[in-house]
Amino acid sequence: MEIIRASLRSLFDRAERGLGLFFPPHWNPMLNLGALGFYFYWIITVSGIYVYIFFDTGVTQAYSSVEYMTHDQWYAAGVMRSLHRYASDGLILVMLLHIAREFALDRYRGVRWFSWVTGVPVLVMVYAAGITGYWLVWDRLAQYVAIVSTEWLDRLPIFGEPIARNFLSPASLESRFFTLMVFMHIAVPLIALIMLWVHLRRVSKPRINPPRGLAIGALASMLVLSLVHPALSQGPADLARVPGAVGLDWFYLPLYPLLETWPGPVTWGGAATLMLMFCVIPWLPPLRKPPVAKVDLANCNGCMRCFNDCPYNAISMHMRSDGLPFEREAVVDPSFCVSCGICAGACPTATPFRRASELVSGIDLPDMTVAQLREEVELAQTKLKGNARILVFGCDHGVSLKGSENGTVCSVALRCIGQLPPSFIDYVLSKRLADGVVLTGCAENSCHARYGTQWTDARLARERDPMLRARVPRERIRVLWAGRSGRGQLDALLTRFANDLAAMPADASPVHKSAEREASKELIDG
Amino acid sequence: MGKAFQYSGQVIVYAAIAAFIGYFASRPIYHQFPEGHAQIKLSFAHGAARAKECRRLTSQEIAKLPPNERRPNTCERARIAMHVQLDLDGKIIYDARLEPTGLAGDGPARAYQKFAVMPGPHKLIARLRDSRDTNEFDYETHHEVVLEPGQNLAVDFKSDAGGFIFR
Repeated sequence: MEIIRASLRSLFDRAERGLGLFFPPHWNPMLNLGALGFYFYWIITVSGIYVYIFFDTGVTQAYSSVEYMTHDQWYAAGVMRSLHRYASDGLILVMLLHIAREFALDRYRGVRWFSWVTGVPVLVMVYAAGITGYWLVWDRLAQYVAIVSTEWLDRLPIFGEPIARNFLSPASLESRFFTLMVFMHIAVPLIALIMLWVHLRRVSKPRINPPRGLAIGALASMLVLSLVHPALSQGPADLARVPGAVGLDWFYLPLYPLLETWPGPVTWGGAATLMLMFCVIPWLPPLRKPPVAKVDLANCNGCMRCFNDCPYNAISMHMRSDGLPFEREAVVDPSFCVSCGICAGACPTATPFRRASELVSGIDLPDMTVAQLREEVELAQTKLKGNARILVFGCDHGVSLKGSENGTVCSVALRCIGQLPPSFIDYVLSKRLADGVVLTGCAENSCHARYGTQWTDARLARERDPMLRARVPRERIRVLWAGRSGRGQLDALLTRFANDLAAMPADASPVHKSAEREASKELIDG
Repeated sequence: MGKAFQYSGQVIVYAAIAAFIGYFASRPIYHQFPEGHAQIKLSFAHGAARAKECRRLTSQEIAKLPPNERRPNTCERARIAMHVQLDLDGKIIYDARLEPTGLAGDGPARAYQKFAVMPGPHKLIARLRDSRDTNEFDYETHHEVVLEPGQNLAVDFKSDAGGFIFR
């Protein structure tokens, strides 16, 4: 499984990098697959409502009403029909890529099983909605789809009379059948929308809207495609004839040739096995989860920063239970926590300047505490020499820091870069533990823990608590969101940064005798 | 990297994705049926005779039944298997014994078969046996047809319409 994941990850890394040449990170389609899926869903909904106004559900009227839209009203209903169809194909494309990418990035095991498993019925429903949509056109493709679908259902020994008999001859088909199909074509996507809501229940601040630039680009490309290559019907359905050659929609119907030719037990068994595999794969094998975040009430003032920053809704704020004069306290739900440590990075008590009392954070990872992090930093910097000493803070899901260390570079690895309280940067520079600090992690907009890189950027830019103090010299900080494949970028950045640091005047070093005192003040101020 | 380069690249990416979607939305063409052939589709659902004849209940048996379930006759649920044959130009192309559906074997037997045949004139004979205690077919229908390429000839069966229906 790991080999498959690694190969896929490598492919996605390359695709992201390739697209990164043209798209800024927040516009990169590969980093917005889920949001694009939602976007296509809304395009399908709006275009579908428009098309429905002109659609007629009679056996002969269905085809003629679609033809009217396509040819007589090509500039409006015709474009909407094409948009409806191509956005549906786009939805399948981004949905399959989204599934493959979450698998490749190992974002489906552990706590994330819930989103994965609730995504399975959405996948089935999107396909069911698309297939029923093809029936409605009632052209030769619809005839083929209807016959193969019903023949496949008939292979289950549960129907008294074969459903496919509805399509035996022209006399056997009734308009009521189209009414049923229209109902299904509307009801199934609505149920899918409810399932999508469930799908996102365990993630906080889900990105369900693509950035404006990407949204405009996606809509424009679908519109141009609709005008240049409009979706057309394939001749009226005629049950007295065999639909010999059909232009299949390979996004929705790639398995239809197999459904038609392979035996029922193989196709039904294969479908059942595939669904079962999808449902149990988060436990094949189960993720070995590190200990979850733990609240230390003696150090928690209920400031809600951890609550606001947690990417998985694992923290809730409850009424104070220990008698301390604060209104609330943070409570961790272990079943939601992914142990990313972003909460510890957000905690105002997680400052390495604390010396008067034991360094215990209000919320922390038991196996990787802030105190341990401070020890690691202090130990790592002892290996550094020269006037361009660099300390790299990296994360487990970004560039491997092994091999980057030498006499002028040392590194400290974190679960997620969001685990790093900004005060650590201040600590390293003001204490002259290093001359420069590099933060590196997952590619931008692609954080393994969802918000580690984004929150870190905001903290450094003093836009989100806990902020990096204004006095910290920004020229001595570098940030690189390059993902696992960013080794070359990191090495190049380290070389450039070392030169920059060496060229900086020595008195620019941020030595502040009052640093510790000020930091303590910051702690008290919260 | 210049903005112009970036925007040009984006246009190329969007165009490539649109072309990919546009092409695979209906191409390549799939040939699901041999070209130049016609099709005969045999399909029906029909309940054969019951495995045992219904019999009259004795007065003692009726008395044993709850008052609201008392009836003069009783019938076994199970049905016998049906025998179906389709003869095309003197050659039997389908010969099957069709079991009844349902857990108790009391449902109709189902047939659904498709045959690709050469177009042209054909003589078809459809036969069906659904009764007990006989080796003869209960229904036999002859039909002559000239099939065109791509034509679909449906062979249905309805006992109340007198047997097989070709349409």
